[in-house]
Amino acid sequence: MDALVNKRIKQVLKGDQNAFSDIVSLYQHKLYQICYRMLGNKQEAEDISQEAFVRAYINLHTFDQKRKFSTWLYRIATNLCIDRIRKKKPDYYLDAEVAGTDGLNMYSQIASSEQLPEETVQQMELQDRIQYEISRLSDKYRSVIVLKYIEELSLQEISEILDMPLGTVKTRIHRGREALRKQLNNL
Amino acid sequence: MSTCPQYIVDYMHEYLDGEISREHEQQLKKHLQMCSDCRQHMHELSDTIAFVKSAAHITAPPHFEEEVMKRLPKGKNRVGIQRWLRRHPIVVAAAVFFLFMSATMLSSYSNDEFSVTKQPNLIVEGQTVIVPEGEVVKGDIVVKNGDLIIEGEVDGDVVVINGQYMASTSVVTGQIEEINQVFEWLWYETKAMANDFVNFFKD
Repeated sequence: MDALVNKRIKQVLKGDQNAFSDIVSLYQHKLYQICYRMLGNKQEAEDISQEAFVRAYINLHTFDQKRKFSTWLYRIATNLCIDRIRKKKPDYYLDAEVAGTDGLNMYSQIASSEQLPEETVQQMELQDRIQYEISRLSDKYRSVIVLKYIEELSLQEISEILDMPLGTVKTRIHRGREALRKQLNNL
Repeated sequence: MSTCPQYIVDYMHEYLDGEISREHEQQLKKHLQMCSDCRQHMHELSDTIAFVKSAAHITAPPHFEEEVMKRLPKGKNRVGIQRWLRRHPIVVAAAVFFLFMSATMLSSYSNDEFSVTKQPNLIVEGQTVIVPEGEVVKGDIVVKNGDLIIEGEVDGDVVVINGQYMASTSVVTGQIEEINQVFEWLWYETKAMANDFVNFFKD
């Protein structure tokens, strides 16, 4: 796969914009998944993951082809996600009451936003809960947990993507696991 | 559990990372066998991981690829031009030379100071140069940003730049040129330069 990717990269660098579509098609699902798990919102995930591809295209000449393309691409995406998370520091909380509703909070809003058949609700609830627990983690822990347990990347790769020493990645994963454990115990 | 050493929790994480040494693993196992609190802690951590890992696989929405391609900057031509330029350095050099040359010519054109070729029997009145009746000027006359009235004779070429040439019964043995347009001026300069060039080799 790396050989194909490098071939396409060379074509793009020679001015063949269409060669980039193969690169998008290869990585779109993984990149979108990272963004979705980081941001917890479909529209934002779509916007940010598209933006990540556009930035990769614009800066493709700076990519060192001896390295792994996915690492470089994920790095662009996680940086964009972290920026986005920091910019929109919560101005509301999920358990805050929604104005004008009698005792309704944001949980009920989320639950009622999608109508699903009964048998899938059980499964849906678990998935909602997972996303909810992930998004309760601070962005420091969220990125390592997503990369480690959703994308199943090695610690070494995570350290390259997030541009931090291996030791820091390990510490963050340990703390992230503990934070999640506590969150799950409290409910 | 509060009495248990902190390194037991560290070993748990080493174990979960799959990076635990044999020695640490044995110590951890031993401890977990006799400490139910730590066993509970270890279970909770394993459950937490299993919980996160049960997250469904997410795929990008349909038309994602198209949307990305639409958002790409239209940089194709730019790259093409850059490469073409890199391959044809002579053309670039010529273009740059031409640019500088025309810049100098234009600057000398837009210079609107009055000037005239020095000839002994010319009369200058303000910005008007007169060749008086009965006089014969031997040599070329160039008037810049002024008018030229010839009532006598000129034994040479006459050039009026940015001005008017007026003559009724004059006698000019050489060529008469009146230049008012930038492009004509450029053409004239180029011709003059070419002539100089040729003369240089003739000499």
